[in-house]
Amino acid sequence: MTRVLACGLFVALLVAVPWWFAHSASHGPWMPARSSTYAGEVDGLFGAILVALAIAFVLVMSLLVVALWRGAARVERARTVHGDLRLELLWTLAPGAVLAWIALAQGPIWSAMKGDEALRSREPLARVEAAQFDWRFRRAGPDGRFDTQDDLLETGELVVPAGEKVVLALRTRDVIHGFFVPDFRLKQDIVPGRDARVWFEAPAPGRHDLICAELCGWGHYKMAGSIRVVSRAEHDAHLARLAERWSASGAEERP
Amino acid sequence: MSGEARATPWPLRAWSLDHKTIGLQFLGASLAMLLCGGLLAMAVRWQLAWPWTGMPIVGRALFGDTGGAPSPEGYTALFTMHGTIMIFFVVIPLLTGAFGNYLIPLMIGARDMAFPRLNAFSFWIMVPGIACALASFAVEGGAASSGWTAYPPLSTLLGAAPGSGAGQTLWLWALFFSGLSSLSGSINYVVTIATLRAPGLSMLRLPLTVWGLLVAALLQCLALPVLTAATVLQYSDRLLGTGFFSGGGAWVNGEWIAGAGGTPLLWQHLFWFYSHPAVYVMVVPAMGMVGDILSVHARKPVFGYKPMVWAMAAITGLGVMVWGHHMFVSGMSPVAGTGFMLSTILIALPSAVKTFNWIGTVWGGRLRLNAALLWALGFVSMFVVGGLSGIWMAATPVDVHLHDTYTVVAHFHYIVFGGTLFGVFAALHHWFPKMTGRHLGERLGKLHFAGTFVLTNAVFLPMHQAGFAGMVRRVADPYAHASLEPLRELNVFITIAALLLFAWQAFFVANLFLTLRRPRSAEANPWRAASLEWEAPSPPPHGNFDRELVVVRGPYEYGDEAGDDDWLPQARPRAAGAKEARA
Repeated sequence: MTRVLACGLFVALLVAVPWWFAHSASHGPWMPARSSTYAGEVDGLFGAILVALAIAFVLVMSLLVVALWRGAARVERARTVHGDLRLELLWTLAPGAVLAWIALAQGPIWSAMKGDEALRSREPLARVEAAQFDWRFRRAGPDGRFDTQDDLLETGELVVPAGEKVVLALRTRDVIHGFFVPDFRLKQDIVPGRDARVWFEAPAPGRHDLICAELCGWGHYKMAGSIRVVSRAEHDAHLARLAERWSASGAEERP
Repeated sequence: MSGEARATPWPLRAWSLDHKTIGLQFLGASLAMLLCGGLLAMAVRWQLAWPWTGMPIVGRALFGDTGGAPSPEGYTALFTMHGTIMIFFVVIPLLTGAFGNYLIPLMIGARDMAFPRLNAFSFWIMVPGIACALASFAVEGGAASSGWTAYPPLSTLLGAAPGSGAGQTLWLWALFFSGLSSLSGSINYVVTIATLRAPGLSMLRLPLTVWGLLVAALLQCLALPVLTAATVLQYSDRLLGTGFFSGGGAWVNGEWIAGAGGTPLLWQHLFWFYSHPAVYVMVVPAMGMVGDILSVHARKPVFGYKPMVWAMAAITGLGVMVWGHHMFVSGMSPVAGTGFMLSTILIALPSAVKTFNWIGTVWGGRLRLNAALLWALGFVSMFVVGGLSGIWMAATPVDVHLHDTYTVVAHFHYIVFGGTLFGVFAALHHWFPKMTGRHLGERLGKLHFAGTFVLTNAVFLPMHQAGFAGMVRRVADPYAHASLEPLRELNVFITIAALLLFAWQAFFVANLFLTLRRPRSAEANPWRAASLEWEAPSPPPHGNFDRELVVVRGPYEYGDEAGDDDWLPQARPRAAGAKEARA
C-alpha cells in the first residue's frame, strides 16, 4: 500500500511537471510576445534548453520511480556494488556534451546583444533617466547634445521608431534601477555612476511595458513605463510636437 | 545527556560545551526561526494574491495601524527579512550548526569538537544576531527593506527607503553576528575533521555527510570573511560617511547627496563572493546527508563514492568562481559575463554526477519505505527540478530575460525548500533516534511528506511561468503593470497552496512534540547502519562513545557481500591494552 502511494507521488511529479509546462506553453502564462529582433533567438535558445531539460527530467525521474517500485518489493539482499567507472564516464560526458552545446550556442546571441556595433557607432536616441519611482526620457533636441537648453523631456512613455536599431543611454538619478522590457527580452541594471547603453530593434509598431526590475525602494512596484514603437514618420512628428510644446514654455521653467 | 548533566539546573546546562547540546541548541533556534520566516513568507504571498487587503493573524502584528493591510514599505521589509532570516538564521545554522555540530564528532569517532569553547561561542554569538533581526521590526522606519542583498545606495542612503535607517543598521549587525557564528563554527569543523578522526578513519572512509559538512565549512572559511568585512564597510558608509559603495551621488527626495567615490558594484562583488558559495553551504551538507540516508535505507553502498567526493570538491572549487552570474545584468563587462557563464555551466556537471549517483545508490536496493527514505527521494526529485531550471539562468541571453523574475524565485526555492529542507526532514527522521533516543512517528512523518511534496510543487512550479511572463521579484503589486494583470489568478492559486503548505507543517510540529513526550526506546543502532555514530548509545553520553573504536572499513558496507546480516559496521572495538594511534 505504501509502495503504491509512494510511487504514485513520484509518478504524479513525473507527469505533472512536463504537463504543466506544455499546458502553459499553449495556454499561458508563458514568454511574452517577441517584439525585438533578438527576442526570437533568445526564445529559440530557451526552447532548446527546455527540450533538453524535459528529456533529462523524464529520464532521471523514470529511473527513480523504477528503482523505488522494484526496490520497495525486493526481498533478496541488494548486491554490494560500489560503483561503475563506465557509468560514471557516461553520465559525466553526456551532460557535459549538452552543457558544452549550451555554452557554445549562447555565444553568438550574447555578443549580438552586448557587442553590436550600433552601441559604438550610433548616437543614443534618448537618455533614460531613472528616478524613484518613474521613468524619464531625455532627447538631445535639435543641437544633438544632451544637457543643453534645447533638450526635450518626457515621462512614462518613450516613443521609438520601428525597424531601426535604437540605442539608449541609461542613467539613474538616485539608486539602482533595472530597465526591463519583457517583450524585447531586454534587461539592464542602471547603477549610479555608470551609464549603461543598450540597443534593440522593434520590427513592428506596438506598445510594450517597461518594468523596473531592480528593487529601488517602497514604490518599486509602481515604477511602470512603456515603450511605444511607431513608424519613423510618426516618430519624427512626435518629436516635432514635443519640441514645439517645449519651446512654448519658458526657458526658466525647464529643469 | 548523561544523568549527571540532567541533575544540573537548565540555565547552567545551557552553557554546555558538549557538541551535542550545542547542536540541539542550533536545531531549536533555527526551527523557531523557520516558523518566523515562514510567517513572513505567508504575508508576502497574501499581498501578491490580494494586494493591499487586510491579512489575518500576521497582519495585525506587522501592520497594526492599517488594520492588517500591508503598506508598500512594509512589504519591502517583509521579503527582505524573509530572505535574511531563512538564509542566515534557518538554513545555514540548521545544516552546519545543528547537524554539523551533532554529527561531525560522532561520525568521525571523536569525543567532541577540537575547540569546544569556540563551538559554544558560535552558537551564543548567533543569539544577538537573531535579536537584532527580530528587533528591527520595532524600530522607526521598520525592518531593513533593501532586499536580503542590501544593494547600495538603496541600503546606504538613509532617505532612500524607510527601512534604510535603524532597520538597516540592525540588519548589518545581524549579519555581522551571523558571520562570526558561521566562521567560528566552520574553523572548528575543519580542524576537527582534520585532526580528530578515529584510528583507521582515512579521509576516503569518511561518510558523505562529513564530506558535505567539510566542503561547506571550507567555503565558509574562505569566502565568509569577505561578506563579514563588507558589512563593516557598509556600516562605515552609512554612519561614518565613507564612500566604499556610494558612487557619484544621488538625488533623494529632491535633495542632492554628494557621493564619496567608490562604486555600488563593489558591494555586489563582495556580497556575492560569499553569498553564492553560501548557496552551496545551504545545499551540499544536505546532499551528503541524503547520500548516507539513501544508502542505509536501500541496504546498498553509496554508488560512486569517489566521484561523489570529487563532485563535492569540484563544487567547492568552482563555487567561489561563479558569483558573477548574479551580476549578468549589472553592466559588468560582457567578457567577464562569458567567463562567469562558463564556470556556471561547468558547476552544473558535478550536480548531474551527484544526481545520477543517488539514483545508482537506490537502483537495485532493498528499500525500506520509511519516512527518512521518502524525504531523501523527495530531496533528489526536487533537486532535479531546481538544478535543471538553473541551466536557463546559466545561458546568459536567456538569463537577461529571467533575471530578477519569479523564475529565479522558483529555481532557488526548489533547491532550498524542496531540496535542503526535505533533506533536513530526512535527516531528522534518520538521526532523531540518535539525538533523542526516540523515533519520530512514521505515520505522521509520511503524511507530512506526502502533503508537503504535493504542495511544494503546487507553490513553486507555477512560479516559473509567472517569471517567463515577466513577473519581477520584490514588487508589492505586480498588477501595477498592465502586462502582469493576467497573472492574478495564478498568484491566487500559488498563495492558497502556500497557505496550505504552511498549515501542513503542523503535522511535523505535532510529530516533534508527541515524540518528545514518549519515553526513550531507541536502541543504539535501530537502522543497522554502518557508520560510527551508531556505535554510540542513543542518545550518546558526554564523551560520546563507551568504548575505543578502530575503523576497519568504509562507511557503506551493505548488501550480499557484507557479512551474514547484509551490513558490516565501519569500526570494531579496540582490543584491550592496544596502543593509542592518536593522542
